[in-house]
Amino acid sequence: MKGRMISPGKVKGTALVSKEPIGFYGGINIKTGIVIEKGHPLEGKNVKDKILVFPCGKGSTVGSYVIYGLQKNGVGPKGIINRETETIVATGVILAGIPCVDKIDIDQIKEGDTIVLNADNATVEVAR
Amino acid sequence: MYLTKEEEKILHGESGEVAERMMRLLVQLGDIYGADKMIPVGSVQVAGVSYKSIADPGTEFLEDLASKGAKVKVLTFLNPAGMDLENWETLKFPKEFAKNQLRIMNAFKSMGIVITATCTPYLAGNLPRFREHIAWSESSAISFANSVIGARTNREGGPSALAAAILGKTPNYGFHLWENRQPSIKVKIEADLTFDADYGALGYHVGKLIKNKIPYFTGIKNADTDQLKALGAAMAASGAVALYHVEGLTPEADLVKKDNLETITVTKKELDEAYAKLNTGKQPDIVILGCPHASLREIAAVAEHLKGKHLKKPVWVCTSRMMKEAADRMGFTATIEQAGGHIVADTCMVVSPIEDMGYKTTGVNSGKAGNYLPGFCKQNVCFNNLHKLLEAVL
Repeated sequence: MKGRMISPGKVKGTALVSKEPIGFYGGINIKTGIVIEKGHPLEGKNVKDKILVFPCGKGSTVGSYVIYGLQKNGVGPKGIINRETETIVATGVILAGIPCVDKIDIDQIKEGDTIVLNADNATVEVAR
Repeated sequence: MYLTKEEEKILHGESGEVAERMMRLLVQLGDIYGADKMIPVGSVQVAGVSYKSIADPGTEFLEDLASKGAKVKVLTFLNPAGMDLENWETLKFPKEFAKNQLRIMNAFKSMGIVITATCTPYLAGNLPRFREHIAWSESSAISFANSVIGARTNREGGPSALAAAILGKTPNYGFHLWENRQPSIKVKIEADLTFDADYGALGYHVGKLIKNKIPYFTGIKNADTDQLKALGAAMAASGAVALYHVEGLTPEADLVKKDNLETITVTKKELDEAYAKLNTGKQPDIVILGCPHASLREIAAVAEHLKGKHLKKPVWVCTSRMMKEAADRMGFTATIEQAGGHIVADTCMVVSPIEDMGYKTTGVNSGKAGNYLPGFCKQNVCFNNLHKLLEAVL
């Protein structure tokens, strides 16, 4: 699949997929990478070293800083794939240097899929 | 977006990791919003300063940036902090909060940012000129700079303003372009506007109605800069108005196209309704003035009211450190303190933790404060003009 590069880099990893938007501030523990938002489909799961797939960001603009902090604390996702990256997530991944691509049909990606994310070419390959 | 050779080099990491990320952020935002190139900025104001707003993640981000040697290229000021940076103990700001707030200020200072924390940089030593490109963050300061000064800024977030400061550039789109500064609605005023609070109520009403349109006001005869500051602040808070024009008063009003625009009219009835909506409380526990930060003229007016009197409830006048300095010299601070009030510098009611300091109902004369206090600080609001607010606590 081809989308739009938000932040460059090439990574391979396992997909962690949320059908719901993610609010990083108050939604993910910055020290552990565990999703803590009550009732969120990913609650209790860890984003560490995953290719995190979700439609778009939501909530506080402090979310940009949380994405940066996750990466700095060594518990950030390897890459991010969105349907539409808004400015909170865009700012966060660029500051953190996490590869990110948007304009991808995320329904094609299932939990546990092996993903090759080549943000430099804005491509996403799914291997099952 | 077209990039110069020098900008390309920065994007490819030749000026280090911080500059590369900052350039990537601006290029990405520029591409999203359709910018054709980068343009130099003459002044920056960075938001996301209060510990209450950015919390640990933001604090750690700024400290990390500072430790990597990030430095700003242009005159850069800050939005208000979460407390008075000198008198926080006297004013009973919580210790733990203060410790974190000071970490944030140190990080900014080591990047070369002037740690003047104010929403009125134009009154405190960061004054752009007509048509100058700038990158400011605080919504009322953006409105004042665009509208009253005629400088050109988009509504920057904390990180994008910081990037503009570090690179000395911003992507050329939005309010930087003349075609995007044309009014999209006419607002005809058929009411007398006397007090600053009247302008706040007007702004609250118009902002709610027109959201992010650019209004062209007629019928405002003789507003001073304090009143225009109050008007713009309220419109930016209840709506997302970043630029307005006032016939006969603001510098671009004669130059813009204003034919065939939809027109709305505001009469005394709408103003009265705005006053009623803003009033959610009965008797204030505290009166907080200076949203946006008080000018010296506003501080003088408070001192005049309080001369030789004794307050039953606390009164804070929020302002910039520079205005406080002048107020100290003129004896206004002493007069206000003798009555039992305080001049509080570097912070404001919206970004300070007043809800944790035991206050439930706040008296304000600002449409912006009246709009934000119920949500951000869980306060009931008494909205009135300065004279009536002070009478209620004397």
